[in-house]
Amino acid sequence: MNAPTYNFAYLDEQTKRMIRRAILKAIAIPGYQVPFASREMPMPYGWGTGGVQVTAAILGPHDVLKVIDQGSDDTTNAISIRKFFAKTAGVETTTSTEEASVIQTRHRIPEAPLREGQVLVFQVPIPEPLRFLEPRETETRRMHALAEYGLMHVKLYEDIARFGHIATSYAYPVKVNARYVMDPSPTPKFDNPKMDNCPALQLFGAGREKRIYAIPPYTSVVSLDFEDHPFTRYKFDAPCALCGAEDSYLDEIVTDDKGSRMFVCSDTDYCEGRQAAGHRGVENAAPHKEGAHG
Amino acid sequence: MTAMTVELQPGFADKVLSAQSTFRMVMEAMARPGHVMPVDDGGGRPPSMMAGVAAIALTLLDQDTPLWLDAAFARAPDVGTWLKFHTGAPVVTRPDLAGFALVAASETLPDLTSFALGTPEYPDRSTTLILQVPSLSTGPTFHLRGPGIDGVTSLAATIEPRDLFARLSINEALFPRGIDVILADDQSLVAIPRTTRLSPAGA
Repeated sequence: MNAPTYNFAYLDEQTKRMIRRAILKAIAIPGYQVPFASREMPMPYGWGTGGVQVTAAILGPHDVLKVIDQGSDDTTNAISIRKFFAKTAGVETTTSTEEASVIQTRHRIPEAPLREGQVLVFQVPIPEPLRFLEPRETETRRMHALAEYGLMHVKLYEDIARFGHIATSYAYPVKVNARYVMDPSPTPKFDNPKMDNCPALQLFGAGREKRIYAIPPYTSVVSLDFEDHPFTRYKFDAPCALCGAEDSYLDEIVTDDKGSRMFVCSDTDYCEGRQAAGHRGVENAAPHKEGAHG
Repeated sequence: MTAMTVELQPGFADKVLSAQSTFRMVMEAMARPGHVMPVDDGGGRPPSMMAGVAAIALTLLDQDTPLWLDAAFARAPDVGTWLKFHTGAPVVTRPDLAGFALVAASETLPDLTSFALGTPEYPDRSTTLILQVPSLSTGPTFHLRGPGIDGVTSLAATIEPRDLFARLSINEALFPRGIDVILADDQSLVAIPRTTRLSPAGA
């Protein structure tokens, strides 16, 4: 009986109302970063305090929560956040993308297609896509107001001038609903096409930077590019070593200290599902090169 | 004296969970414009206020949200005290200072540009209009397009004022500034965020 008790889903009601109002504004203005009064959470910045606050504000007793960290359900960050909400909200948790109603994610979008009614909550470190090009908040805010995004195209062009192609491979800028340029959080650009016209609601929370933004379902999300250098989603040259999937995002796993490594699906639920369905990979893949294909 | 005392209506029976379930309905409505979402009649409310409006007020309003009431709500004797007791929202008389506006009667809905529409730098600093309407299940049909809608969807509703959707066309030129509207009746609510484009069916 001496255990500390919390409000449902940890946050107090006044904080939840403040976050909820910000979420509604974020949905109404797709891609616009709504400032909010981010709270201190019982975890350090960088561990998903923004995502956790958004999840806490929307979560109800009937929700089924899935938490992934770089696609994986079983890393420290994912397990901690899942346990946090199991304890403070008593919600059911799952590792299955299908069964989840709310999915909090750090830097991946699940491989399995999302459906209507699901909510994907992203943990965002730096919400401002223009921040590394222009450090002043007053200026980036003005640039968004005027839809003045030439600087971002210059950055992508400099990639081409230096490397011959757009070398930005994660946090690849997108334009939402043909208006706001948005940072999709440091997801690999492999995931960018999944954001476009997605049936699920996508919410983004940045705790340290105190911003919430959103992509409503069925909204156009276009990765910035040039006519002669169109956006490409890279394709891996080898299938997953465990499940043989050729269409998923792969992680490199070092297997010994002699240079051996294997490439496996980053989305553990997808990989386990395929293995359960009888798909088998070669178990130990040869090193492969990552390249861009049209 | 005692004959004059009217007991204040209660709010949500369960403040935490009713606010959560109502918010999810509002969030889903905002994410899927034109989609009619059910509202639980969570508890008490002033007699002149429909359940949908009362639930939204209890869910979203607090001391941080300047509130504007239209003349019909402002003169209803119990609405002001009920809102003040349950939400603590400060009532303002200038619509352009309001974070939320509650509107009971169409004839007292002012010109939409008199509300806060946000600024180009902060388009979120706008009034959210919560409008009590006769019916969200029957009436003239409208087509809706925009983010949150897979192609086109339709909404059959009896809305006062009848030209509300025509008036909302200001949102198109104003974007990203603009006004977000939540329509509510006794059982349900519908959101029309500023990105939604409306046209009457057959037009």
